[in-house]
Amino acid sequence: MPITWVPPFRFGIPGARMKSYLAYVARRSGQLVLVIFIGINLAYVISHASPIDPVEQSISAVTSYGNTAPDAIEQMRSSLRELYGLGGSPIEQYLAFWRRILSADFGPSLSAFPTPVATLIGRALPWTAGLLTASTVIAWGLGNLLGGLAGYYQNNRGLKAMGVIAMGLHPMPYYILALLLLIVFGFLWPVLPITGGAAMNLPQAWTLEFMMSVLQHAILPALSLILVGVGGWFLGMRSLVSNVVTEDYVAYAELAGVRPWRILSFYVMRNALVPQVTGLAMSLGGIFNGAVITEKVFGYPGVGSLLVDAVYAGDYALVLGVTTISILGVSIGVFVIDLLYPLLDPRVKVS
Amino acid sequence: MAAILRDLLRHNAEFRIGVLLVGSVLLLSVLASFSPFPPENVYVVPPDLPPSSTYWFGTTSRGQDVFWQLTFAIRNTLLFGCIVAIISRLLALVIGLLSGYSGGWIDRALMSVNDTFIVMPLLPILVLFYFVMRDRMSWLMLALIMAGLGWAYDARLIRSVAMSLKTREFTQTSLFSGMSTRQILVQEHLPYVMPIVFSSAMNNMVWSIGLEVTLAVLGFTDINRPSIGGMIYWANQHTAMVAGVWWWIAFPTIAVVMTFVGLFLLAISTNQYIDPRSRLGRVGDVT
Repeated sequence: MPITWVPPFRFGIPGARMKSYLAYVARRSGQLVLVIFIGINLAYVISHASPIDPVEQSISAVTSYGNTAPDAIEQMRSSLRELYGLGGSPIEQYLAFWRRILSADFGPSLSAFPTPVATLIGRALPWTAGLLTASTVIAWGLGNLLGGLAGYYQNNRGLKAMGVIAMGLHPMPYYILALLLLIVFGFLWPVLPITGGAAMNLPQAWTLEFMMSVLQHAILPALSLILVGVGGWFLGMRSLVSNVVTEDYVAYAELAGVRPWRILSFYVMRNALVPQVTGLAMSLGGIFNGAVITEKVFGYPGVGSLLVDAVYAGDYALVLGVTTISILGVSIGVFVIDLLYPLLDPRVKVS
Repeated sequence: MAAILRDLLRHNAEFRIGVLLVGSVLLLSVLASFSPFPPENVYVVPPDLPPSSTYWFGTTSRGQDVFWQLTFAIRNTLLFGCIVAIISRLLALVIGLLSGYSGGWIDRALMSVNDTFIVMPLLPILVLFYFVMRDRMSWLMLALIMAGLGWAYDARLIRSVAMSLKTREFTQTSLFSGMSTRQILVQEHLPYVMPIVFSSAMNNMVWSIGLEVTLAVLGFTDINRPSIGGMIYWANQHTAMVAGVWWWIAFPTIAVVMTFVGLFLLAISTNQYIDPRSRLGRVGDVT
């Protein structure tokens, strides 16, 4: 993608552009609705294409623990059918499915009966959101900063070595990296907590002690997300910057005696950041996938652990709830990044 | 083609390392044909033996030889990646070329769907899929599903090339000489996007194998079919790290890391070859 010259020092949106910004917001909102619509439909099709009846599955899970009276089973069957929205014609089922999602009512969880699924997800969501936001911001910021430096100072040995490390880290699946960290900090050098979201014996309150414990427990899960992420942003930024520095305006600025740090930050990095913001929006789904598995490895109490445990427990309502909430959450995250995009790139116009 | 490979081998260190890594992994997968034990059998060798001259990579708690098990696992895992890559390449090609060449509402509609698949969190959807399919989910079915979900990013890449090809003079010439859209796309534009198809195929394999390993270590695939993730799953089931059977986890992990880094290096080095800007950058280095 050719990167054309953008005047420096224009972070805000001038008033005249407000109209085109609103049009842009409207277009992105349309895309947001489409993502959610397709995602939820995908979830619906998958959950209803099952060759196994989820109701029968739940019943056999319950009855396998001991004898249950036939009357009770029949009663349970009918109430579960109602719960899963499996009664009525396909169209009624489809509408009922949407109604549940829009009202965030997935019924009670089977594995943590009778706690509603929404409550369980609500409890887990802040953990995932916190972990994901912190590690994504750190990985993106650090990767872009170092990558930018590496692209600008191409002969620096330390930055070259960092490039080699980034190449080794970036293609690794999150699970493998999390496993390596677990082995290193769990078996070889046990200095960090390797499981849970905070120390068990602390009350969950806004005390300093509890917050410190939360931070300490977040180090390993966050680190495995950051290490994979930094590699990708580093490599992307380095190649973008090494292309931008060959542009004429950079040569001109250098000849005109603009200070190097200013060239780097306002002339080079700022332009190269634009595609990286798009990249962030595009890779959010993948980062979320990483968070799911990382949480499971470190027993972090977020939606990822909730999802995996729900599968092990055969909790249909919880699996469906977490899946749909993930689709909603990620697409809203992408939407927010998209809204910030024009602040960086003033060229966004109504096309 | 041979000349390109020779040049890459001679001048590109990343390509050399990539070939070395992927080559050794491939070699390992070929050895599966010479395995003395069928991969599904358990307790064919004494369990929990550390690596030795008889059992190069040790044996598992299930009485399997880690080395031979690994050969099958690598073969199946690579096969999985290849199938996903091939099918999703076909989808990406058709959608990317059509979208880029047609423009207008076809382009807008296809790209809206495309962007949707790019941002979708696939792991929860695949987990939901496993949850409703359970034991009926075979690896081939998983491969088809992932191919159906994994074409989007590369379709966008191919589209951007197709858009620039459309404005070239030879496209106009073919159009005026009476070629149909299908003919123009297949005969004229396809050769230009093939290099991207190759480099993106390797990135796609990194992606699909990564997801497959993730699903397998959770036990969300056909765990009786040997695969890298499956080996780690069984090792975790037998708490291999706590029991000190480290070789059960170490060797599959090394193999999968070699696969990932190797494929990724191949992808970026071919990408550098394709991208004329970075080629110019290399010319600058020489002088």
